Amino acid sequence: MEKKLSIIAFSGDFDKLTAVFTLATGAAAVGYEVNLFFTFWGLDALKKKQGRAFIGGNWLTRIFGFLMGGLNVAPNSRFNFLGIGPKVFRGLMRKNNVATLEELVEAAKALGINFYACEMAMHVLGLSKDDFIPEVKDVLGVASFLKLSDGGQTLFI
Amino acid sequence: MATKVLDITKEHCPMTFVKTKIELAKLKEGDILEVLLSEGEPLENVPRSATEQGFNVLSVEFVEGTTHKVIIKK
Repeated sequence: MEKKLSIIAFSGDFDKLTAVFTLATGAAAVGYEVNLFFTFWGLDALKKKQGRAFIGGNWLTRIFGFLMGGLNVAPNSRFNFLGIGPKVFRGLMRKNNVATLEELVEAAKALGINFYACEMAMHVLGLSKDDFIPEVKDVLGVASFLKLSDGGQTLFI
Repeated sequence: MATKVLDITKEHCPMTFVKTKIELAKLKEGDILEVLLSEGEPLENVPRSATEQGFNVLSVEFVEGTTHKVIIKK
């Protein structure tokens, strides 16, 4: 039976997204089928606009969109220090020759990892599939995710 | 039939596996990939996962210090 890892990427935090993409790329590289299901804050990782941008359906969600931002402005879950924390970590990772979050995301694309976005969270946050990188394979709900992850291991990060 | 050398001795998890996988995916039937890697997790898992994915691990040789060479054929 083919091995399979499915991860629900709920957090938009820099450190937790690093964990998501480290596990995902490592698993894909050793032959696992990998499904990443991005929901709520995790959707930030999929945005085309990786900085802060007013995206969203109405004025309220556009403000949310700006405050949440994309991958480049993802905050640390600890030691964020107004956004300086992730910059320090990126520097430390480069210095120690450890892949940065951006490199891991590119590796995930190269390895053909499946990216999915949560339909409900997108609706709430006023985001559409056009706001995301083209690698997003589909927009899904719970039932479809359960079907995709069936028979493998599932993590929530 | 081509031979390519990949040095992952300076890489860390998960890029050790990721870089190997990306190079393995480029191989054509009969091609060879020589992977230079370090002891520990890369040495334990790179040959194993290559075998699991249907590649032929021809040899695992000690090079120097903590470096080993794994020869993989498609």
